[in-house]
Amino acid sequence: MLAGVIHQIMSGIATGGIYASVALALVMIYQATHHVNFAQGEMATFSTYIALTFINAGFPYWIAFLAAVVVSFAIGVAIERVLMRPLANAPILASVGVFVGLLLIVNSLSGWFFDYTIKQFPTPFPDRPMMGGYLSGHELGSTAVTLVVLLSVYLFFRHTRLGLAMRAAAFNPTSSRLVGVRVGWMLALGWGLAAGIGAVAGCMVAPIVFLDPNMMSGILLYAFAGALLGGIDNPLGAVLGGFAVGIIENLGGAYVVGTELKLTLALAIIVTVLTIKPTGLMGRKVYSRV
Amino acid sequence: MTSMRTQWLIAVLVLLATIVPVAQFTDYHLFQLTMVVVYAIAILGLSLLTGFNGQISLGHGAFYAIGAYSTAILMTTWNVPYWLTLPISAVVCAGVGFVLGLPALRLGGLYLALTTFALAVAIPQILKYKAFEEWTGGVQGLVIDKPEAPFGLPLSPDQWLYLFTVGVAAVLYVIAWNIVRGRMGRAMMAIRDHAMAAEAMGINLPIVKTRAFALSAMYTGLAGSLGAIAVQFVAPDSFQVFVSIFLFVGLVVGGASSIGGTLIGAAFIEFVPNLADKVSKAAPSAVYGVILIAVMFLMPAGAGGFLYAMWRKMFQTRIAQEPVAAVGHDLDSGGVAGKSPKPETVGRND
Repeated sequence: MLAGVIHQIMSGIATGGIYASVALALVMIYQATHHVNFAQGEMATFSTYIALTFINAGFPYWIAFLAAVVVSFAIGVAIERVLMRPLANAPILASVGVFVGLLLIVNSLSGWFFDYTIKQFPTPFPDRPMMGGYLSGHELGSTAVTLVVLLSVYLFFRHTRLGLAMRAAAFNPTSSRLVGVRVGWMLALGWGLAAGIGAVAGCMVAPIVFLDPNMMSGILLYAFAGALLGGIDNPLGAVLGGFAVGIIENLGGAYVVGTELKLTLALAIIVTVLTIKPTGLMGRKVYSRV
Repeated sequence: MTSMRTQWLIAVLVLLATIVPVAQFTDYHLFQLTMVVVYAIAILGLSLLTGFNGQISLGHGAFYAIGAYSTAILMTTWNVPYWLTLPISAVVCAGVGFVLGLPALRLGGLYLALTTFALAVAIPQILKYKAFEEWTGGVQGLVIDKPEAPFGLPLSPDQWLYLFTVGVAAVLYVIAWNIVRGRMGRAMMAIRDHAMAAEAMGINLPIVKTRAFALSAMYTGLAGSLGAIAVQFVAPDSFQVFVSIFLFVGLVVGGASSIGGTLIGAAFIEFVPNLADKVSKAAPSAVYGVILIAVMFLMPAGAGGFLYAMWRKMFQTRIAQEPVAAVGHDLDSGGVAGKSPKPETVGRND
């Protein structure tokens, strides 16, 4: 029993890492633009297909992985420049509309370019149990990769000039523009980073759930739940929230609701957080002037 | 409030749209038209919530599914006649809508969109759930019989179903039209345009918003019921998240707060996939997405709002004498899809 619980928690952490990265990507875009990117999951799926294409073309795994991240970064920047720019001050319905449109486009482009069949995705990690049999090689490896990504994102925002400029642009666009930060480009970079992080998450989750155009729709839901649980305006909160949701999902799926209602569990988390503590566990309360 | 002439014109048009297809169309085309009417009712429900009350829902497919399942379960498990399932399904969906409207009260804008999106993603799983399998038929779903024309009328089932659906739709549209132009509708729009001002004017925010949610869920649920009868089949996989997304697309394309636009939106989601198939065999929903984004950029008030604006330009002086007629379509007055309030709606006589 105890071993079972530990096993569930460990693999909860492994999947939680993936939710945490997607949640972080969501929060980065939300912080800078106050938009929730409904197409985040679809974009990550598309990036995973790009990685698979490189792998099938004969490149080594890690080269393909890096290439996918770079290409996704470029796509993210392009989407911000072309589509999101004019939406900066648009009403909510317009921004939701455009994101839904983006979701539809990316989803069917994935199906069109790479066809709708379910594909296997390779893992670079050894296929044997690790940590005394609690984790598979891939779970351990993907957790390590997500932790590295999260740590480097943290270091980037904390200790580089560019990261500082991006935070400034998100925090107070007008003042940052006055001190010479190119706010528009900072937003585009934020989109690029979010897309890149999504690519990593996609490549890490694909070996577990297999690759098809709708791969990420459930994962996006958990990431939403994680972001909201931690506080949608707090990157650290979103990361912790993502891990927490991973653990809750695994424990809940194993012992409470069964695997068939796992998505409903995410819905329940979202509704509970939003009704009981809408700011999330670590979010700031927003006051508005009348 | 509309002039008598316009009312007569609409009545005649509806009558023509009812009789001509029944007399002329093949059963398959009639079925397609029935589905257009069904989607129009569903989008009308969404429009009441999103367009007129400003609460964005990306999960109305869930209410559509609940309506469809209510009808299917009543017909298969308890042998309730199809027409009697409609009032029951309306009550069920309004109830569910009311309950879901309560947490929605605390969620503004994006958060509501997010939560309802989660509902849309989760609904097939709930429908598949083993504990309900006895009623829902699990993954296989339920098959229901197509109703025959009553009283020995010389009509094929498809012809009868079209007439029946149009009849129900006509009633629902008249009700919606009156609600939107009555006290409730004005309160809904006031909340959409400026919640705080509306509250200061004495509008009870929670009551109006939850009622709007219940009303909207009822409309979309009834559409689900009619859709289930027309398709004769319900299964969890026919209510994937894309149903909700398509309803949203229909809403935006038709015009979020345009009652007539719901028909355009419905025709769009019924026929465009066929056309889109011709444009690009492999990526039909990409065409959807492109059109959706194009509409958002070029025609934010949707086709309905656009046509209405054209109409207003052509008959400006006449409309100017009847300012109330402009209320529902007036997307310029801020709120969901508008930009800044423009003073041109009322009494501009140039």
